[in-house]
Amino acid sequence: MKITRKDVEHVALLSRLELGESDVAKFTGQLNAILDYIDVLSKVDTAGVEPTAHVLPLKNVMRADEPRPSLPRELALANAPEQEDGYFKVPRILEG
Amino acid sequence: MDYEVVVGLEVHTELKTATKIFCGCSTKFGAAQNTNVCPVCLGLPGVLPVLNARVVEFAVRTGLALNCRILPFSKFDRKNYYYPDLPKNFQTSQYDLPIAVDGHLDIAVGGQTRRIGITRVHMEEDAGKLVHAGSITKSEYALVDYNRTGVPLLEIVSEPDIRSAEEAKAYLEKLKAILQYIDVSDCKMEEGSLRCDANISLRPKGETKLGTKAEIKNLNSFKAVQKGLEYETARQADVLGEGGRVIQETRTWDDACGVTVSLRSKEEAHDYRYFPEPDLVPIVVDPAWVEDIRRHLPELPDARQGRLMKDYGLSAYEAGVITAGRAMAEYFDATVAAGADAKAAANWLMGELSRQLNAAGKELEDCPVAPGQLAGLIGLQAQGTVSGKLAKTVFEAMWASGKDAAAIVKEQGLVQISDAGAIEAVVDKVIAANPQSVDDFKAGKERAIGFLVGQVMKETKGRANPELVNKLLRERM
Amino acid sequence: MELNKLTAHELHGRLTAKEVSAAEITAAVFARIDAVEDKVRAYITQTRDQALAQARAVDDKIKRGEAVAPLAGIPGALKDNMCVKGVRTTCASQILANFVPPYDAAVVEKLAAQNAVVVGKANLDEFAMGSSCENSSFFATRNPWDTAAVPGGSSGGSAAAVAAAEAVWALGSDTGGSIRQPAAYCGVVGLKPTYGRVSRYGLVAYASSLDQIGPITRDVADCALVLGAIAGHDGRDSTSVDAPVPDYAKALIPDVKGLKIGLPKEYFVAGMDPAVEKAVYAAIDQLKALGAEYKEVAMPHTEYALAAYYLVATAEASSNLARYDGVGFGHRGEGNDIIAMYKRSRTEGFGEEVRRRIMLGTYALSSGYYDAYYLKALKVRTLIKQDFDKAFGEVDVLVAPIAPTTAFKVGEKMDDPLAMYLQDVCTVPINLAGLPAISLPCGFAAGLPIGLQIIGRPLGEETILRAAYAFEQANDYHRRLAPLGEV
Repeated sequence: MKITRKDVEHVALLSRLELGESDVAKFTGQLNAILDYIDVLSKVDTAGVEPTAHVLPLKNVMRADEPRPSLPRELALANAPEQEDGYFKVPRILEG
Repeated sequence: MDYEVVVGLEVHTELKTATKIFCGCSTKFGAAQNTNVCPVCLGLPGVLPVLNARVVEFAVRTGLALNCRILPFSKFDRKNYYYPDLPKNFQTSQYDLPIAVDGHLDIAVGGQTRRIGITRVHMEEDAGKLVHAGSITKSEYALVDYNRTGVPLLEIVSEPDIRSAEEAKAYLEKLKAILQYIDVSDCKMEEGSLRCDANISLRPKGETKLGTKAEIKNLNSFKAVQKGLEYETARQADVLGEGGRVIQETRTWDDACGVTVSLRSKEEAHDYRYFPEPDLVPIVVDPAWVEDIRRHLPELPDARQGRLMKDYGLSAYEAGVITAGRAMAEYFDATVAAGADAKAAANWLMGELSRQLNAAGKELEDCPVAPGQLAGLIGLQAQGTVSGKLAKTVFEAMWASGKDAAAIVKEQGLVQISDAGAIEAVVDKVIAANPQSVDDFKAGKERAIGFLVGQVMKETKGRANPELVNKLLRERM
Repeated sequence: MELNKLTAHELHGRLTAKEVSAAEITAAVFARIDAVEDKVRAYITQTRDQALAQARAVDDKIKRGEAVAPLAGIPGALKDNMCVKGVRTTCASQILANFVPPYDAAVVEKLAAQNAVVVGKANLDEFAMGSSCENSSFFATRNPWDTAAVPGGSSGGSAAAVAAAEAVWALGSDTGGSIRQPAAYCGVVGLKPTYGRVSRYGLVAYASSLDQIGPITRDVADCALVLGAIAGHDGRDSTSVDAPVPDYAKALIPDVKGLKIGLPKEYFVAGMDPAVEKAVYAAIDQLKALGAEYKEVAMPHTEYALAAYYLVATAEASSNLARYDGVGFGHRGEGNDIIAMYKRSRTEGFGEEVRRRIMLGTYALSSGYYDAYYLKALKVRTLIKQDFDKAFGEVDVLVAPIAPTTAFKVGEKMDDPLAMYLQDVCTVPINLAGLPAISLPCGFAAGLPIGLQIIGRPLGEETILRAAYAFEQANDYHRRLAPLGEV
């Protein structure tokens, strides 16, 4: 088995997802099947091969330090689930 | 047991660009909440970052000023973690290929110079600001302002070469001076444009292996750096002294209570999952461009301090104080350039001028007395036109009115009287009025003359040349 | 023939000849939507009022005697992962069910500059993750050729809308085949441009280094026309290519004499439907008969592409989708503290496939697995790209199948994620290498269309358009309409 139930629970925490008992079992099974397939990569000799993060040979794409208009605040906050006094409002940060 | 403190500092400094690192929103401090924001810095679905060229220029300049190597190939990476001040829940930063590496700066503590290694300088975006109702631990909710999100930051990471809270403070002061000299940051700690985190561990004296470190966040003033590290040193020494173990954790400095507090909640998992930012392409710096920036670097604090000592005979201490901030160094040079004696200029800057600034709570940039005006006052003093004592009065009037020294001296009739004829009558009057003191003097009490000089000065409203008064008193008694 | 069944280039001619008005064309499209949409279910959102206003503006222009752009007044659909200011943009996800962007995607600006008419936002697999359009959190789109079959995905709504004549053209996005495979399943033309050819600004990201927007149309000429309208450099996308946009219509020459076509045998994977294989070989024979030179090329790393793709794409996705957290926009679930709120929002807001891919991608990037999975995949990506570089040293275009089968039945693969992923085996290598590729119909099996894939060099869109056009003109697949068309 490539990925254990504990791994799945840890990854769910990193991903900020809730998993019920049955979800953990299902995802563990499915992810193992996928990772077994992905194991085909271990057959490839990649010694000395550079990774390709960007497929284009682009470099130094930059813009001038010139201001552009910001959004009106009403529009910036228009999609906020909750707001107060021009701020985005969120539940408390630390668990009690 | 005796412990050695081992500290490495991570300093974040906001760059003084006009716009954010990846969008065209203003970086101006103090705007109304959530008004310097756009789809890009709000991390809305579908947006893409585009790098601000000025940020790279400032980063290279900083790297060079800190004696770093500029990497020819540099890239951005995503640092993934969830926090509500981070709209995308990843910070675009640099991981394995930062813009600059392997530098150093020198600090002087207790008369000794120590070299502190700089591991790396990298570019990243700042996060937003959380406003808690009450304290972070008790608040039921938090409010988020994304104005600061995407303001360009440099993270400057030192080697664990620092050995005391005092050295940490000196390092930070030197770093701040350099950043101000090269004009990349305002370094206003009170506005958060210079922030400091520290990695600190203890080890028994003589041990070479590093102990377990704690990361202390929120050391956001020079005082906090010193106090926070002193507190944490004591805390870790207590833990170790009782046979305990220091836990590797992140703690925050609570300035109000003067303690460090553990930050991480039990659920927090530590795994930033860095990977190359696919929405930004690599930075490949042109060596000629780097050399051009190097050539145009201004004189840095150490060089300037050396020059002040060599050219003007200032002490290391005096030159150090004057060059610690770019503003004072500039003010000093301008005052000297306007004709003032360097030593006198240094004394004025470190003395009366600093005192007035502190009292008024002003920065040197807002000083109502211009360098040329101070030079004028120093000139009058050197010529003997005003006495040292009156010069302070004149300076206060200059501060209040913004007028030149000469005009004030003229208006208020503060010209020093150095004409013996004009003083003789007063001297005679004082001798006649104080026979006891005259007798004391004649009896060998040298101190009595001080009183008599004072009486003459009083009669002349401080304008008489004290040396001349002294001389005339001795002659006529 | 109804107006909505004509192509854009045909309609443009009638518009400029003042035989029809844009308002009439748009009305015909909406009439068609009213007639068949309950069977096809291509649209998440329809923008009728805006569409009619856009059409009337074009009519006014024509009345004033002004010249109009090729797409002016021609109604089309956008995949609902492209932001339109003021119009709900959902990505077919509950987490964005009420999200209204305050800005336009670059392609939306470009279409507006052409005075194109947008009739609505088309369905997709949630966040473009899927190969059947069944992963939409709203409803599954059906294949107009057989409503028991899937339209393919993830741009299933876009392809189905064009195939059902509910739109004259559509835009899709292609991360691992998401334009080409639904185009093949629905019997229409779909083109994935070279990475960087079309700005991604305003395209809700799935996998940033692979995503690319492209046209889905009823014939190759329309494909060239829509591509020309949306291609070009954009300063807001750092990965945008700064190269001039050719006049793609000029590439439409029904002639492949001397064109060197290559066949990578590795694309004929085990389990491939013999009918598909036969149709692709027949297409090659036809191209040869038309004067193309043919040779087989070796692409030895093809078999690793799917695995590499699913690591790269999910890793990027895990980070791209972190922003859906209930703070600034999108669905918020109940939670007493921030972490509880995050988890509830994301668990309620994301469908199962999205959660699965986020988990896989997070795992691939996590401490201890980065080198074995993510980094390994990036290295394999290099080898795959080198295979293509080598092949294009010998040939001008590559010809291959789009998918191992024709459209499969609704529900057939929903319980087996891996089987679903295997649908992408012939399309993902092209995304990993950033190349342009077109899908066009090359036959039918049991009444369902079969897609032919023609792959080009970087920025080689003109060459693949030319080959596709020559093939299309030698056949009549593009004139066949889905049975729904005769309803």
